[in-house]
Amino acid sequence: MKNMKFLTAALFISSLFIGCSKDDAPAPVNEEEVITTLTVTLVPNDGGTAITLQSRDLDGDGSDAPVITTGDLTTGVTYRGRIVLLNETVDPADDITEEVEEESLEHQFFYTSGGDLDITISNENLDTDGNKLGTEFTLVAGAASSGTLTFTLRHEPTKPNTGLEDAGGETDIFATFSVSVE
Amino acid sequence: MRNYALLVLLISSITTMSQNCDHSLSGIVTDIHDGQLLIGVTVIIANSEQAVQTGVDGTFSFSNLCNDTYYIQVSHPYCLTKGFTVRVSGDTTKAFKLEHHIEELNRITIEGKAYSDKTKTILESTINKDELERFSSGSLGDALKNLSGVSSLSTGNTVVKPMINGLHSSRVVIINNGVRMEDQEWGAEHAPNIDINTVSNLTVIKGAGALQFSGDAVGGVIIAEASKVPVKDSLYGKTLMTAASNGRGLSLSSQLTKSYQNGWYSTLQGTLKQFGDFETPDYVLSNTGIFERNASLKVGFNRFDYGIEAYYSIFKNEIGILAASHLGGAQDQIRALESPIPLIINDFSYTTDAPKQDVTHHLATIKGFKKFDDFGKLSLQYDFQRNNRLEYDIRRGDDKNKASSDLQLDTHTVLLDLDAPLTDKIVLKTGLMAKYQKNVANPDTGVRRLIPDFQMYDLGMYFVMDYQLNDQWLLEAGGRFDYSFMDVFKFYRTSFWELRNYDQLFPEIVLEELENQILTNPELSFNNGSGTLGASYAFGKNSKLFFNYSIASRAPNSSELFSEGLHHSASRIELGDLRFNSEISHKVSLTFQKANDVFSFQINPYINTISDFIVNEPTGIQQTVRGNFQVWEYRQTNAQLLGIDVDVSYEFAKNYRLNTQFSLVKGNDRTNDAPLIGMPPANLSNQIVYQNPKFNNLRLALQSAYHFKQNDYPDTNFEVFNPETERSQIVDFSTPPDAYHLLNFSSSIDLNINQKSKFTVGFTITNLLDTSYRNYLNRLRFYADDLGRNFLLNLKINY
Repeated sequence: MKNMKFLTAALFISSLFIGCSKDDAPAPVNEEEVITTLTVTLVPNDGGTAITLQSRDLDGDGSDAPVITTGDLTTGVTYRGRIVLLNETVDPADDITEEVEEESLEHQFFYTSGGDLDITISNENLDTDGNKLGTEFTLVAGAASSGTLTFTLRHEPTKPNTGLEDAGGETDIFATFSVSVE
Repeated sequence: MRNYALLVLLISSITTMSQNCDHSLSGIVTDIHDGQLLIGVTVIIANSEQAVQTGVDGTFSFSNLCNDTYYIQVSHPYCLTKGFTVRVSGDTTKAFKLEHHIEELNRITIEGKAYSDKTKTILESTINKDELERFSSGSLGDALKNLSGVSSLSTGNTVVKPMINGLHSSRVVIINNGVRMEDQEWGAEHAPNIDINTVSNLTVIKGAGALQFSGDAVGGVIIAEASKVPVKDSLYGKTLMTAASNGRGLSLSSQLTKSYQNGWYSTLQGTLKQFGDFETPDYVLSNTGIFERNASLKVGFNRFDYGIEAYYSIFKNEIGILAASHLGGAQDQIRALESPIPLIINDFSYTTDAPKQDVTHHLATIKGFKKFDDFGKLSLQYDFQRNNRLEYDIRRGDDKNKASSDLQLDTHTVLLDLDAPLTDKIVLKTGLMAKYQKNVANPDTGVRRLIPDFQMYDLGMYFVMDYQLNDQWLLEAGGRFDYSFMDVFKFYRTSFWELRNYDQLFPEIVLEELENQILTNPELSFNNGSGTLGASYAFGKNSKLFFNYSIASRAPNSSELFSEGLHHSASRIELGDLRFNSEISHKVSLTFQKANDVFSFQINPYINTISDFIVNEPTGIQQTVRGNFQVWEYRQTNAQLLGIDVDVSYEFAKNYRLNTQFSLVKGNDRTNDAPLIGMPPANLSNQIVYQNPKFNNLRLALQSAYHFKQNDYPDTNFEVFNPETERSQIVDFSTPPDAYHLLNFSSSIDLNINQKSKFTVGFTITNLLDTSYRNYLNRLRFYADDLGRNFLLNLKINY
């Protein structure tokens, strides 16, 4: 009984000392899944200058809001669009698009135009089952107008679907740009 | 023959004469437990004709004894007969102690006061073994919410946290087998890691008055105790099996106890539980299955005035979280809220995928006690707990099967307690506590730590004294002081560090600046005082009044201090505050109780005023590339909770009883003059029970439970810009669901197999009418209905 008391007391005290060292500072975690940057490159078929739309949030889901860069479209022009996702919290930046395309069955990009924006977007690339993936697309700019253009990436959507309404899944990307057609 | 006897007598008288045999032996016989005088005890001097009985004052006396050694036998109908060797030298006095409750302890079921009161001036609510066994397939929270004033904060129907008088998590202290549970109880979706089948008596103290356990129980204390093992040669056990239709699962629990006359005992216990997806009246709640495995072993030695016990238990629980509750940003929230059914409904399945929780809790304790005659009972306890919590979210790429949160919390505690009756009327309880805690958040998850790595040191000391003034009045007073020191390594996002002005306020704690994170070493210490003052007054026939005032201080927990980032399982950003100080609660509670066999009535109004109350509320929206997320920020405010709990039980006819309960609590944020978020709505329960002990103890019960709508809630709705319509849209995240009414039926009957074995069959139906409802305090209420009808079959064998 006495020994037991001594033993428990000793055990407890020793654990206190073991715990006291200061040099075991933990390692930082650099999140690999974070998507900080969405870049949409629109290359006009007529050989004109490419347009870049970008939403960039370097602190991930930290308190800073994303920085939005937008551009204007030209009436009647057809653009080849390509979406690139980056994780810029690590150096060099991770290309998340590759992961999305590797897991194409579990992902799909959707394009939504809002306001009066007169454009037509169609999906260009497919997943391994032949359903839409959408990291590449074609955009046709219509009459002069302005509004919003939103890119949504859904994780594990129902495929095939007719659009965002019946796609389900979880939103991985939701980026809105103010755009006009001139 | 007669001559021979005479001769012996003559010779013996000669010897006695020669020894001067006119001494006396007198003394007193008392109960070893409580020092109570024992009346009618037979005291016999062996090998002689001398026998006396103790009188009303517990004393006895022999005369004409010699200076010699005598063997004395002390016996009482309700005690184990004991022998003592006494050396008489002159007029000798001697005190004998008997184990008076041996008969009571021989019974396997022990009820009522076999478990001592934890506080004298707050009326305790208890759930006994029979009731607990009905919840064998459920959780601790399921059983507790049937007490008035206790509700539950749940995440689905398998993560159920008890809420006492409107308060939960770190404000409710749970004592399991004498050990304060350290199972990351700060989290609103972290259920207590206790197997309900190890508990045979559950006590709820609605207040902080039980200072021997803690000084920070702003809400209250829940005490789970195992059954006591009798000191006799015995082997007994029980097996419980419950099959349930909802969840299509089974729960199996078994325990076996071996005890010996010499005081040794051991108990082995185990539980296995598996349920698949649960169902509402209309659809399957996908990914809500549960797989729980528990085991415990207890070995001890009890000699009434000293004893030692070692206990180990492991609790492992895998809980699926409703698939439809795992969401991206605000756009997904809107979709989920607008949809009348969950966004994901799959076919019934037993497998659980992410999102899910996988929790393992080890608890090991060794404790000993010794009773000293003139001093009291001294106990020493050491316990070790290891809690490992893995939380899985839906992830992408290589991390798919990796947990997003992997926390390991180790706790070592040493307790030294003294329970000393200073006089017949004054009892003092005092003690010391030392605790060391270490939390490690595994960085391999690839997700920033929601809770940082820390080490914590706690020292506490307390005293509680009660004074039985007279038959009517009992006074109680106590005080406690706790010191805690937290040594933390925390990575802050640079943006948040600067936004909060921490770079100006705490430049000295920065260890290292990384690209977009800052490593800091906050060292926080808290000095917390707490106290209790109370009285109870017995009057009239069976009436009693309890009054208690308690002050409790609670240091902010690691989540409240350090949360900073996206909490995936709640799809919201949670932000703590490094500047928090302890919250201090003043609770005044009054209870009037009238109880007799036919009618009992209890009414308990209370007022709990809490300064620097830490509340977690939505404060806005944060934009990210992933969309908009709701931000929940912790803040300190002055709060007040006012409430009343009522219990009535009336045997209106032989074997028929009506039980009524009503609870109401109003929480107010006094700083903002607004209602507090997440307060339980009023509820009213009426139950008719028919129980016939003469007919195989047949029991039939029908319960009606009415849950009112919570009308007092803060408006925490937020606006989200909808790019399609180019308009802002209000997301209603605050309106509570409607009131609902549930009917529950339960029945049981005992069938005696033989003298030693008893077989009990029970049949229960919950949500008899298959009502669709949502509960304000279920965190998944936004996404799905609660459970539909459930048929449960309980089988129990006592052997």
